[in-house]
Amino acid sequence: MKIMKKLLALGLCVSMMTAMVACGGSDSASTESTSAAGEKTTIGFIYVGASDDYGYNQAAYKGMEAVKAHFGDKVEILNQEKVPETSEASDVLEQMIQSGATILFPTSFGHLTPAEDVAKNYPNVIFEHQGGMETMPNLGTYFGTIWDPYYLAGIAAGHATKSNKLGFVAAFPISQSLANVNAYTLGAQSVNPDITTTVIFTGDWSDPAKQTEAANTLIADGCDVLAQHQDATKTIVELCEANNVYTVGYHADASELAPNMWLTAAVWDWSGLFVDICQAIMDGKWQGSQYDAIYRGGMAEGIVDLAPFGKAVPQEVQDEILALKAEMIAGTRHTFENEIKDQNGNVVCENGSFLSEEQVESMNYFVEGVIGTIE
Amino acid sequence: MISLITNFLTNAIQSGTSVLYGIYGETITERSGIVNLGTEGSMILGAIAAYIVAADSGSMGLAIICAMLAGGALALIHAYLCINRKANQLASGLTLMFLGLGIAAFYGREYVSVSITGLNKIAIPLLSKIPVIGEAFFNQDILTYLSFVLCPVLWWFLYKTRKGLFLRAAGEDKEVVYAYGKNPQSLRYLATVLGGMISAIGGAQLSIAYTKTWSEGMTNGRGIIAVSLVVLAKYNPSKAMIGAYVYGGAQALNVILQSQGVEISPFLLMMLPYVITLVALFVSSVRKGTNAPNELKNIIGG
Repeated sequence: MKIMKKLLALGLCVSMMTAMVACGGSDSASTESTSAAGEKTTIGFIYVGASDDYGYNQAAYKGMEAVKAHFGDKVEILNQEKVPETSEASDVLEQMIQSGATILFPTSFGHLTPAEDVAKNYPNVIFEHQGGMETMPNLGTYFGTIWDPYYLAGIAAGHATKSNKLGFVAAFPISQSLANVNAYTLGAQSVNPDITTTVIFTGDWSDPAKQTEAANTLIADGCDVLAQHQDATKTIVELCEANNVYTVGYHADASELAPNMWLTAAVWDWSGLFVDICQAIMDGKWQGSQYDAIYRGGMAEGIVDLAPFGKAVPQEVQDEILALKAEMIAGTRHTFENEIKDQNGNVVCENGSFLSEEQVESMNYFVEGVIGTIE
Repeated sequence: MISLITNFLTNAIQSGTSVLYGIYGETITERSGIVNLGTEGSMILGAIAAYIVAADSGSMGLAIICAMLAGGALALIHAYLCINRKANQLASGLTLMFLGLGIAAFYGREYVSVSITGLNKIAIPLLSKIPVIGEAFFNQDILTYLSFVLCPVLWWFLYKTRKGLFLRAAGEDKEVVYAYGKNPQSLRYLATVLGGMISAIGGAQLSIAYTKTWSEGMTNGRGIIAVSLVVLAKYNPSKAMIGAYVYGGAQALNVILQSQGVEISPFLLMMLPYVITLVALFVSSVRKGTNAPNELKNIIGG
């Protein structure tokens, strides 16, 4: 009997170990590597979430795939998903360097500090961080003016709404989110100045239950178009479809999840930029190029764009939006231009002027017509 | 205003249901003299098991059964370690929580972008038409209804059956159970595994009924909250709803205040569920002494 118990204990230990190894295995399994041969450049990408989240990480992952497809045998790609924004990111980046990586893409905003910690010890490795404002001699940062397509999406929402109440689910009141909410609201108000946007912050980038709570509350409150700034967009997009509420996506095209209620989305397309950055580094021309410091691109560079329109957007609205998009690309129109007032009626943009990218990225207010509190 | 109240109640119940299952499960377990901090782990395994089975087979009944088996299996490890190996219960529970989160993340990898039909809301005729509360209480998914039914059922089991009596006795003084010729250890096994299974339904409710999404770590601390709310529910299934809906109500209040544009910092509002839960714990423990099962007192030393 005693022996039986010991055996059982042993069996349990073994099964737990197997489970642990299985868990650890997910890490190594996602590190794809082609056999090293010849003069290959090794490029490492780290993501904060899953690569198929219909969101932020999927967009970055697609950029990586473009690099892989473009350079083929000339590069070896290292991938690591779900890297937390802690010193664990430093460890992963360091491991990638040990595996020969000379180009690293920490693709989450919160990967900045861990990346800086590693970058100062490896001056010959080039880092390209997504979404930050800080640089180092071997660390550049890139991002896109995503608020421009969000303004255009706001026009589609402005035409679609019947209650004149738009809903927006955000995570935290950071400038990027405030800029998106403001751009979206201004776009909708260009159709009808009475439109308001109600904002709920969930306090989480991707907690499906909190997303559901926020979305249900907005719908119950009378909002008939929901937009979002979350990492994973699937839950809210599907919820909108199920509740017959129009939906505006973010980061990546999720139209297949809401065939009837999809309007459009502000999306990233990193492929061209990633390929270009890697090319510059591989040619030894990164120093002194536009990428060695703060780089910002927009619709003109193809970094941000509108997702395909859903069938809920009438042709004439699509034409109107695309015409304006062309003007924005030409630089004759801007999202934040002429007189804009914040919630308290203070003028934040004067007539005849427009806000610079830096001003937009440091926004700390909601524009008039937004229902929500920042601090 | 009426619609706001209805919306508040609906959200409070929906946010509270997953936690309610956690409280039910942990109450049963703790009543037998075992603390299982791995409730979160059982919940997340329930969430992923239900999601995988729902996506691959389309059968929601099978999904719920598999969720219970997965959550029960994790709790079985806890029971074995604590009862047979005399392992420290707090250490074992915490470790199993992380193990559960890890296993769920591993098996969930392929299911992040998979869509499911899931369990939809079913409006109960007549009852769902009652003003104010009808929509909130009687237009919910089947797992929410089950959580209503479980309240009297579990209470009856614990307080009105012989098995329940012995189970509680195992938590108060195991020597008494021995004296009656019963084995308290097997009662604890039963209570721990049953607790894990019930908690896992809470995870399933999150993934296949409420959000219809799988996302890594989607229980997001709800299992841990449940363990602390067992105290607020006075270790009694009939009071579990108080605990769960205090938490759910606070979460609903946060979202509703934001949607009404109330000028309170969103950071403060996001803390609301935790602050209110803490205040409730404070008030309830000041008023009366503890109802904690006696055997639980040996755990810290154990």
